[in-house]
Amino acid sequence: MPINSNKEYQNYVDKKSPNSPIFKNCFNAFWVGGLICVIGQLIFDYCIYRGFSKDLASSLVSISLIFISAFLTALNLFNRIGKFAGAGSLIPITGFANSIISPAMEYKSEGYVMGVGTKMFTVAGPVLVYGISTSVIVGIIYLIFNTQAILLV
Amino acid sequence: MNDFLNSIDYLMLLKAFIIGGVLCILAQILIDKTKLTPARILVLYVTCGCILGGLGIYKYLVDFAGCGATVPLTGFGYTLSKGVIDEVRSLGLLGAFTGGIKTTAAGITAAIFFGYIAALVSKPKMKKQ
Repeated sequence: MPINSNKEYQNYVDKKSPNSPIFKNCFNAFWVGGLICVIGQLIFDYCIYRGFSKDLASSLVSISLIFISAFLTALNLFNRIGKFAGAGSLIPITGFANSIISPAMEYKSEGYVMGVGTKMFTVAGPVLVYGISTSVIVGIIYLIFNTQAILLV
Repeated sequence: MNDFLNSIDYLMLLKAFIIGGVLCILAQILIDKTKLTPARILVLYVTCGCILGGLGIYKYLVDFAGCGATVPLTGFGYTLSKGVIDEVRSLGLLGAFTGGIKTTAAGITAAIFFGYIAALVSKPKMKKQ
């Protein structure tokens, strides 16, 4: 069958290309993401059990998960989990850690300052910029109204 | 160890699993449907978490699901806003500039430090296509 127009070509491509397996992706993202949160919750429970305060326990959860993420990234295992789970490993703090660690390892060949030091923040930089800027605005709004905004509505 | 196993709140684990999983599904749908790059999604999540934290809404999710709400990146944003609000309460305007990083310092520092160590010990390799 000859293809004469763009539209026919588009139909042909749509027919031939596999459907994006969105349900499978979502399912994998769901259970991997959920599992990471459960591991976090277990570490949190253990810290509380050992008598740490809630704030300290939260910090320890972040540090532990980031350490696990760094370890798996260094062994090249995290990328495989990432391919399988998609957003499931991206959205928990492990993904944030991976976005710092992975380029740091990858650009080592470009030197320790301009390679490792700079490329570390290719993804984490924007996250920190927007997160911190938003938090400052939140703080200023809180200062002006002296209440959390939901109480104003 | 048995004491610890008895002290675990299993319903909380289930809630953490479901809420954490749902937050990941939302991101997966964004990736598959809108072609947003992962960096943009992370930025979106942190900003949303920070705004919801500032509005006082995200706190309910944290109370409900524990680490299911704090481990995803929205929780990072929530922690930023929580720190800022606590500091503003005690320090005023200066708190808006000191509070955010203070509460998230552990996560940021750990990521940078472990990242640097990982880069030191790993062999540089060509990017696989």
